[in-house]
Amino acid sequence: MAQKPIYEYDGKKLIASQLPKYFPEFKFHNKLAILTPETDIDALAEKQPWLKTDRLVAKPDQLFGKRGKANLLLLDGNFDQLKQFAAEKLGKTFEIRGKKGVLKRLLVEPFVPHKTEYYVSITSDRDHDIIHFSVEGGIFVEENWDKVAHIPVPFDADIDNFDFKGKLPDLGDLSDLVEKFIKGLLHVYQDQDFAFLEINPFAISEDKQIVPLDLKSRLDNTAYFLHPDTWGNPENPIEFPGGFGQELTPEEQKIAELDEKTGASLKLRIINPNGHIWTLLSGGGASVIFTDTIADLGFGNELSNYGEYSGNPSLEHTEIYAETVIDLMTRNPDPEGKPKYLFIAGGIANFTNVKATFAGIVNAFRKKVDALKKANVKIYVRRGGPYEKEGLQMMKDIGKELDIPIEVYDRYTPLTRIVPIALKGGN
Amino acid sequence: MEEYELFDENTQAIVYGFQTRAIQRMIDFDYVCKRKTPSVAAVIRPTQTDYIAYHKVFFGTHEIIIPVYKDLSLAAQKHPNASVVVNFASFRSAFETSKEALELDSIKTVAIIAEGIPERQSRILGKIARERGKWIIGPATVGGIRAGAFRIGNTAGTIENVILSKLYRPGSVGFVSKSGGMSNEMNFMISQNSDGIYESIAIGGDRYPGASLIDHLLRYEHNPKIKMLVCLGEIGGTDEYKIVDALKEGKITKPLVIWVTGTAAKILPKGLQFGHAGAMAGSDKETADAKNSALKTAGAIVPDTYDTLGDKIRETFEKLKAEGKIDPVEEFEPPKIPMDFAQAVKEGLVRRPTDMVCTITDDRGDVPLYNGKGLDKIITEKKSIGYIIGMLWFKKELPDYAQEYIEMVIKLTADHGPAVSGAHNAIVTARAGKDLMSSLAAGILTIGPRFGGAISDGAKYFKMAKDKGMTPMEFINYMKKVEKKNIPGIGHRIKSVQNPDVRVQLLKKFVNSNFPTHPYLDYALEVEKLTTSKRNNLILNVDGCIGICFLDLLENLGFTEEEKQDILNSEALNGLFVLGRSIGMMGHIFDQKRLRTRLYRQPWDEILFYRD
Repeated sequence: MAQKPIYEYDGKKLIASQLPKYFPEFKFHNKLAILTPETDIDALAEKQPWLKTDRLVAKPDQLFGKRGKANLLLLDGNFDQLKQFAAEKLGKTFEIRGKKGVLKRLLVEPFVPHKTEYYVSITSDRDHDIIHFSVEGGIFVEENWDKVAHIPVPFDADIDNFDFKGKLPDLGDLSDLVEKFIKGLLHVYQDQDFAFLEINPFAISEDKQIVPLDLKSRLDNTAYFLHPDTWGNPENPIEFPGGFGQELTPEEQKIAELDEKTGASLKLRIINPNGHIWTLLSGGGASVIFTDTIADLGFGNELSNYGEYSGNPSLEHTEIYAETVIDLMTRNPDPEGKPKYLFIAGGIANFTNVKATFAGIVNAFRKKVDALKKANVKIYVRRGGPYEKEGLQMMKDIGKELDIPIEVYDRYTPLTRIVPIALKGGN
Repeated sequence: MEEYELFDENTQAIVYGFQTRAIQRMIDFDYVCKRKTPSVAAVIRPTQTDYIAYHKVFFGTHEIIIPVYKDLSLAAQKHPNASVVVNFASFRSAFETSKEALELDSIKTVAIIAEGIPERQSRILGKIARERGKWIIGPATVGGIRAGAFRIGNTAGTIENVILSKLYRPGSVGFVSKSGGMSNEMNFMISQNSDGIYESIAIGGDRYPGASLIDHLLRYEHNPKIKMLVCLGEIGGTDEYKIVDALKEGKITKPLVIWVTGTAAKILPKGLQFGHAGAMAGSDKETADAKNSALKTAGAIVPDTYDTLGDKIRETFEKLKAEGKIDPVEEFEPPKIPMDFAQAVKEGLVRRPTDMVCTITDDRGDVPLYNGKGLDKIITEKKSIGYIIGMLWFKKELPDYAQEYIEMVIKLTADHGPAVSGAHNAIVTARAGKDLMSSLAAGILTIGPRFGGAISDGAKYFKMAKDKGMTPMEFINYMKKVEKKNIPGIGHRIKSVQNPDVRVQLLKKFVNSNFPTHPYLDYALEVEKLTTSKRNNLILNVDGCIGICFLDLLENLGFTEEEKQDILNSEALNGLFVLGRSIGMMGHIFDQKRLRTRLYRQPWDEILFYRD
């Protein structure tokens, strides 16, 4: 959905392939290599001999910045230093902005000596694509944000005849070059449906070549079908990676795979596996609101998962989804025997068959009845929509049949009211 | 219609996309609202061949027809009253079709249902709409509803929900949200805590909806029939600050109850995509907490949590009512929508006699069944054509020898040269330039008592004779004296005892060595002994042999006498001949076509012209 970050490597490749269309003077070195824990660096150097001859830069390519500060940057190294750096860093766990994750990708490029670090980025709002430019780029750009020029360009403006020069700081004999570069970059940004593009910094070499050093970008991934020739090639689509340290647990992975297979939506993220509050929520909007209310009523620290199922998933898929959540919540019963809460909630569905989806959950209850009892799980249900009466009755019946505590509420009880009912003993 | 209104009870729409269920739901809504005219004027189905077709829908208990056009501009021209396009085109084509709709003068509002439209395309559509003074609802929305007047597509779900949420008549509340999924919930909540919805719009979950929350709230502000506003905002983006500004500038004066969702983002892992494409806080200002607090400061009624949103709506409504600002609602009992027949069947409420019965196949499941056997198994188990004929003609899994016999018959009867009357007629017809089916029919229609008929005739008489216990001699005499005809299946133009027909030899050998019993063949061979003693070409011929061995086949398959007679009476033997010979006839037809032979004309010298 919508805006997704891509790897720096992919972003540079995309820019390098497209920018010369509009800015023919742009001659990218095209020397880019990715190292992973599995890479045989010597073998790679056979294919990419520049790794042995050039001075090198190596940095993580996993969607996080400030890599120098994190001591994860090799600057102006040679091949041996690269090997040593890779051996020290790849496959190791690091903590970045409070998140632990494994370093899996290093981007290697030639080291480009430079004096000035320029900043350029493009963002968008409803009516404009906005160029942000500064001659004081690099790691201090945020501190010097007041020196950044912001140039809103109506998104349907004639880029080639748009006056950038008058709006950019005076760059002397580099003015023409930078203006051409920015125009070309904006063309590519629009053509390729970028949603965000930041080159910080880029350098200008002595032979007047523009060299992007660090690049960060997001694509509007809904536009993939417009780009079968570049990043939306169905045979070889561009990767939209998760953020650093966002590796999925096996359960999350299972649900994600199920989600991809069906036209319905099945989402699951584990937030706190030891929490006492678990949810089976239907619908994107309702799941947000329900989760909000748990947090707003002061139980955020007990919330274990976030997720939703919607779009009329099949009975089987609902069953797997419910079973996965129940399995996770009953795996470690509270040592003091405190109850765990399972909220099965959703708004009034448009067309999702409440009875059919509940039948899947009921099947999961049957399979997991012992685990539910052992973990002292209390279940609260609130739902509306097609076949709501039958579905809710089924929930009441299964509670009696299996002798598990289930409280069932219909559309006349507000969506989130079961949160205070369960956790605060009423309102 | 006033400037601030998008729909009233006379509004008509063109539905882009052949969404039969959504169309029926719109018309069902019209019916429970007691609309005079249906709200769907026309449907666009770009894949149809003709420029126009017609679609039947129910308007209450009776049916009406709605024109279905291939082309939107023609539909708009024919239905100048239609001011709304409900666009169900997919995310791939929604841009082009919405653009086309926005450029039509008669269209004021375009609802774009598709999810996943590229942001740049949405921005372009938004700009076209603003420049031309049009409204876009969506993309990525279920649409919206004007209570008692007009419903976009599937908004508000089932008709039961429409009635429970009192959407069949207008109340006093204008509601707008991003989420289409929550609009049902909110419509019901509002109906429970006030006199109900006047209008409810879901602008769509994308980053760049065609019109934003504030645009609709300002419309509601201007509409004197709307007394209070309810809005559900969302984390991400800054659109809610336009509401803050409008409150501060006094552009919104009616009470506004609002809640911005996504307050839990602070406890969730960073970067987690919330429900919608547009729902991600890029800065502190874009968080739900910041927006809720700014709205509250600006004078909106903001509950502490979503949980008490309904209570705030009630309080606000009751206050307006106490102030005498609420006009009483004109209540009425909405007419009932008859249950769809299919639904009633599903629920076991009705039954209906069927018109047809079929006991050999069933194609309703995932795999078609031939007499109960799945086609997948038939293929993977490499079942023969003989097996399939057994299943479909005789409803039996035939033993191997029976399958093989049937296939032998098909092979033996497949062709008998171009001169025989069936093939000849097929060839003549093909040469007249007729199509395959006509040429084949001409050939097949030749099959009857004289051509190809010896197989079933032979079977008929030999069966009669043997079953009645006639000796071979009695049978020969009976045929001569009573029936007064040659014995069908006996005799050949060329072949004789000394020059036997190899086809007959093969058949006899197969039956003798594979059929458990073969009384009819034995009997026929006794008859042949007598006839060949008279003349050496009065042998059992291939047609007779096929027919008589078929009698033996039936003997071995455990049919009752009545069943055997049924099979013979229903022309199963002619069936085998037609089946086999069609192969040859089609071969001749293809041959003639390939050779591009000209129209056939019998040469004069082959015709005797004679005058008495």
